[in-house]
Amino acid sequence: MRFLPTEEQSDFARTLHGLLAASDVPAAVRAWGAGDHTPGRALWARIAATGLFALAADEAHEGMGLMPLEMAGGFVELGRAGVPGPVVETAAAAVLLTRLGDEALAKRFLPGLAAGETSATLTLPGAGPYALDADAATHLFTVSAAGELRLAAGAGPLRTSIDPARRLALPDAGGELLAAGPAVITAARDAADWARLLTAAQCLGTGEALLARTVEYAKQRTQFGTAIGGFQAVKHRLADTLIGLEFARPLLWAAALSLAPGEVAAAKLTAGEAAYAAAMTALQLHGAVGYTEELDLSLWLRKARPLRDAWGSPSQCRAAVLQERLR
Amino acid sequence: MDLNHAADVEAFRAEARDWLAAHVPATPLPSLETREGFAAHREWEALLHSARWSVVSWPEEYGGRGVDIEHWLVFEEEYWAAGAPGRVSQNGINLLAPTLFDHATDEQRARVLPSMASGETIWAQAWSEPESGSDLASLKSRAVRTEGGWLLSGQKTWSSRAAFADRAFGIFRTDPEAPKPHQGLTYLMFDLHAPGVTVRPIGRLDGKPAFAELFLDEVFVPDADVIGEPGQGWRIAMSTTGNERGLTLRAPGRFLAAADRLVELWQSHGDPADTALRDRVADAVVGARAYQLFTWANASRFAAGETIGAESSLNKVFWSQYDIALHESALDLLGPDAELADGAWAEPWIFSLAGPIYAGTNEIQRDIIAERLLGLPKGRR
Repeated sequence: MRFLPTEEQSDFARTLHGLLAASDVPAAVRAWGAGDHTPGRALWARIAATGLFALAADEAHEGMGLMPLEMAGGFVELGRAGVPGPVVETAAAAVLLTRLGDEALAKRFLPGLAAGETSATLTLPGAGPYALDADAATHLFTVSAAGELRLAAGAGPLRTSIDPARRLALPDAGGELLAAGPAVITAARDAADWARLLTAAQCLGTGEALLARTVEYAKQRTQFGTAIGGFQAVKHRLADTLIGLEFARPLLWAAALSLAPGEVAAAKLTAGEAAYAAAMTALQLHGAVGYTEELDLSLWLRKARPLRDAWGSPSQCRAAVLQERLR
Repeated sequence: MDLNHAADVEAFRAEARDWLAAHVPATPLPSLETREGFAAHREWEALLHSARWSVVSWPEEYGGRGVDIEHWLVFEEEYWAAGAPGRVSQNGINLLAPTLFDHATDEQRARVLPSMASGETIWAQAWSEPESGSDLASLKSRAVRTEGGWLLSGQKTWSSRAAFADRAFGIFRTDPEAPKPHQGLTYLMFDLHAPGVTVRPIGRLDGKPAFAELFLDEVFVPDADVIGEPGQGWRIAMSTTGNERGLTLRAPGRFLAAADRLVELWQSHGDPADTALRDRVADAVVGARAYQLFTWANASRFAAGETIGAESSLNKVFWSQYDIALHESALDLLGPDAELADGAWAEPWIFSLAGPIYAGTNEIQRDIIAERLLGLPKGRR
């Protein structure tokens, strides 16, 4: 047993971290929220060049094989940087098509998704009705409860999320029928587990970004003639935030190792709650300036709640944990 | 990265499981915080020791099996899953023994460790004083040089297990002129039955004498019972408190077993319509798993040659809060039976309530986390 990332796994995350730190992600997020996808797509291309999306596709179709651990490490960095767009959904779509094992479909979609030349969004049974960023994604997949995988022709009007960089739409009914049957349902279940896992990873990164920014602020901001970070009430909130995040991380690793539904649900529950708690602490400790959209902090603050609830709310995740236990 | 144990670890697990299944008392022992229970637990320690399960991580020459931390964690999982008794000797094994391994002489180790492993000598810790709790460095009890040793005088309090224990360990001020409060302290061991020692048991919240006050009046301690150099007590003690907060005091196995019992209680007593309580049961399951995995990650760091410092404060706050939440959920599931003092969850709940207070209060742990792990400025406490 060695429950630590390997050098290669750490190196991959570091590469992404460096790339994202050198990019103006906040500008891309703001543009994305305003409907201008150009900077976001340029960012996407640089991310894809690291091979990130190839980790969700099989080798026969330009992928690296399914590598959830490496992918989760990468998605922590996407969350930390606040990268916009259907990143989770693209990976989940690639997993769905890989798992489905339909050669024609795989050949048609996977190479583009793995290379980052195309993106995808999707809706899956048991998850929310909205497709994220349907206006920006190249493909819009839907899977019905009956197991029909379709390529939707379009989507309804765009709805804005609490996080303006997340844009939601209901897929149009119908569209090209790509596959149907129990194999679709099984593949969709795997895709949903991946979506939940990678969202958990994004939550962890989001929470870490919120904590790091708040710690820096607490060191600089003075009140009553001293840095607020010296006050015990402030320290204790930040300490609790760190505890929440640090105990979510090993759950994420274990979930990526096993992809067992109960483990994935535990990771999503814990990382989602830790990130949201980090957001509430960040807001309180930044005070009024944290309550504005002008400060870049808002880009992460507004993500924490939607990510906590996307691809499995805390309540759904708790039910999944107990379901596995009581089986 | 992987979570699979090697074959030898799994074989060790199977051996422990088989032995425990054959030897764990069918009915729970009386509370170890009573005279009768203390004696029964001492016998259990002797039985554990006879099959070399009492101190598995120690070298074989002292009664252990010389296994690494991964084996130890697996043993703890089996131990608590089997419903085995609480460890009356835990202060000695978890707090004093690591100090002896790091700082004592060979003679001291040979003299002290075997009887600790067998339960023949049960150790109490003597850290706190009436005016020195979290601010331990302010302690006033003193040790004055005399021929061939030291004379201890002063008062210690909240001394766990001291009501019925044999010996105690703690730090004492040997140089009152030292420029800083944490200098001039000396770490030593003493006999609770020596002339000059008065032990006054203190009832905890449920009335059981889980700790005691110690009044010391010129108690003689030979030089042979000083650990490390006189004056170095603070440094030596700090390496012990790190153990207390870190891995060794609360192995994840204890919480995994408690979470299992909570799930069983939910199945037998839970109201399916009470989703709020059901969610808390789920949180207990997730929390135990999180703590287990966090500990595995730390164990992997140890195995890779890294050391754990202030990170042990993350542990301590986490498990102490987790422990209370889990037991509160159990009491809520029991409904009107929850308040019965002889119920299976009553004493563990009482025990959990001390978690955020001892081993350095959680307030102090959060200060450590904020200052040493997050780099926030030191402030007034």
